[in-house]
Amino acid sequence: MARFIVRRLIGMAIVMLVVSFLTFLIFFKIPGGDPADRLAGKYATPGQVAAVEREWGFDKPFWIQYGNMMEKTFTGDLISYTRQDKVVERIIDGAPRTFSLAIGAALIWLVLGVALGLFSALRAGALSDRFLTVLALIGISMPVFWLGALANYYLGYKAGLFPDGGYVPISEGGLWEWFKHMILPWSVLATLFVGVYSRVLRNQVLDTINDDYVRTARAKGISERRVMGRHVLRNSMIPIVTLWGLDFGYVLGGGAILTETVFDLQGVGDYFAESIGALDVPPVMAVVLFGAFFIVLLNGIVDIVYAALDPRIRLS
Amino acid sequence: MSTQPLLEVDHLKVDFRTDEGLVHAVDDVSFRLGQSEVLAVVGESGSGKSVTAMTLMGLTRSPNARFEGSARLRGQELITASDDELRKLRGKEIAMIFQDPMTSLNPVHRIGKQIVEQIQAHDDVSDAEARDRVVTLLDRVGIPRSRERIDSYPHEFSGGMRQRVMIAMALSCDPGVLIADEPTTALDVTIQAQILREMRDLRERTGTSIILVTHDLGVVADIADRIAVMYSGRIVETGTLDEIFYDPQHPYTWGLLGSIARIDRPRPHRLPSIPGQPPSLIDRPEGCHFRPRCRHEFEDCPKYPELEGRIGQAPGHDDRCWLPVEEKRDRRVVADGQIGLEAEGATA
Repeated sequence: MARFIVRRLIGMAIVMLVVSFLTFLIFFKIPGGDPADRLAGKYATPGQVAAVEREWGFDKPFWIQYGNMMEKTFTGDLISYTRQDKVVERIIDGAPRTFSLAIGAALIWLVLGVALGLFSALRAGALSDRFLTVLALIGISMPVFWLGALANYYLGYKAGLFPDGGYVPISEGGLWEWFKHMILPWSVLATLFVGVYSRVLRNQVLDTINDDYVRTARAKGISERRVMGRHVLRNSMIPIVTLWGLDFGYVLGGGAILTETVFDLQGVGDYFAESIGALDVPPVMAVVLFGAFFIVLLNGIVDIVYAALDPRIRLS
Repeated sequence: MSTQPLLEVDHLKVDFRTDEGLVHAVDDVSFRLGQSEVLAVVGESGSGKSVTAMTLMGLTRSPNARFEGSARLRGQELITASDDELRKLRGKEIAMIFQDPMTSLNPVHRIGKQIVEQIQAHDDVSDAEARDRVVTLLDRVGIPRSRERIDSYPHEFSGGMRQRVMIAMALSCDPGVLIADEPTTALDVTIQAQILREMRDLRERTGTSIILVTHDLGVVADIADRIAVMYSGRIVETGTLDEIFYDPQHPYTWGLLGSIARIDRPRPHRLPSIPGQPPSLIDRPEGCHFRPRCRHEFEDCPKYPELEGRIGQAPGHDDRCWLPVEEKRDRRVVADGQIGLEAEGATA
């Protein structure tokens, strides 16, 4: 286990290094991406631009610039080119919003996806199964920006059932206000995943149910509920765990950009979208690292859970 | 042996609805199984032997399956029993060992736990008590260091050991009837012999009746008291081990016997086989199902042949062939006393 963790940590460092390097390279080479031009203002003289270049270190070689940016990222001194505020502080500020969204939505889509998938599998071919199949496909096909906007407009603005967007920290508005603001974002983000997960689980259960050991379990005379729970579902959950870990890591790392934007949550994903639009490299770098960290972390956790679920898999 | 048979199966029919049509998997199967008797059900793939066995356990039940006839275990009807009644019998009164031990155990649970699960489904015992019983069972089926091995996962066992675990599991509630569906087919030959010896010992010690489903006549000769030969969903001949091996009545049985490689006979140039293919279970020939492959076919064959005693002085030795007994005894000899459907090489 210790060896596994050490290996994973080394792997994480490598992944973050490569990801950050590629991101930096892309923004370094992108046309119109020269930050000095923009920092110096619209009608700056070449002399002014050169002064900005010297001041910010843009005249240094590529490697030095990359090294400086990485150093500042980890010391917390990274400054945005557009707002000229501290990037790490913005991320720390946005993280609880993103985490609120990710954790709630991930729980909803896991529970609902598994429940609906299992229900569908138990009634495979029946009307209710076909209905759920259509529903899942609709859920998968609906774009978040559209569904989110509709929910916001009709349930939030028109019906007034929910606040139309925004985020209220628990420390300010209390648990209920926070919860009320999160319901729509959670539901909208979870919709897509519920569709995918219920499909995956349904097919997995139908596969597993024909396995020899399920027949053995039935031959033992244990209850059908136990056959389904301990033998069928247990084995069907293995791919779901993998999927869930990756998706959860992605959303935790700020990947639910559309949801965060539509509901004006001002989380990390929101910040990311805003920074990309402005070709503002420092926040993009920092958020990419932030996201990569969670994806690699969740990957490692998935591997541990995986080994616990399936004894044939060893971590070493 | 008591007079009342443990298991009585009468005119059992199992049909499955499929897209291609109605599959008649089991067609009018009747047999008796006595206390501590070993009945071997022999036949090629698709003859309905496994479906018969699984139907007794209720494992073939599905919306597309249709059942007729009756199967009674100690007088209790199995075919029409409710799912819940059947569940209580499964694993307790009637247990089953499956063909492939590599896939028949759940890979994610410890083997001890898998057996405990069965014990606790039927008997109200504590975890510790159930575990003790599992250790005893594992000892009994010849698993060394059973106290440690009880916590192993299936993938930590070889195929032979897993089949022993399956046997231990099947025996965990002292079932009256043990159904073994090709228990040695997936194992290599030396392990096969061990597993068969294990099963024979168990019968001696516990008095369990065994239904052995197999296509391997060598296995049958080792362990069976009586044999039922199945072909195309029907039992075509049944009798004691000696009756079937030395006085076989049905041409299909002759063909089966003729196609065994024997160590006590000169090596044939080419091992005889039965010509042709088994009939489709959807669209079957009228009368005798073996007719299209049988070189002894005559005008009576399209009539439905009952499974009945056709010899006279051998009660319990029944078959479904219309040929007169003397004719059969004459025709089955293909070369210097050997039994077969055709002489060697005749199919070439």
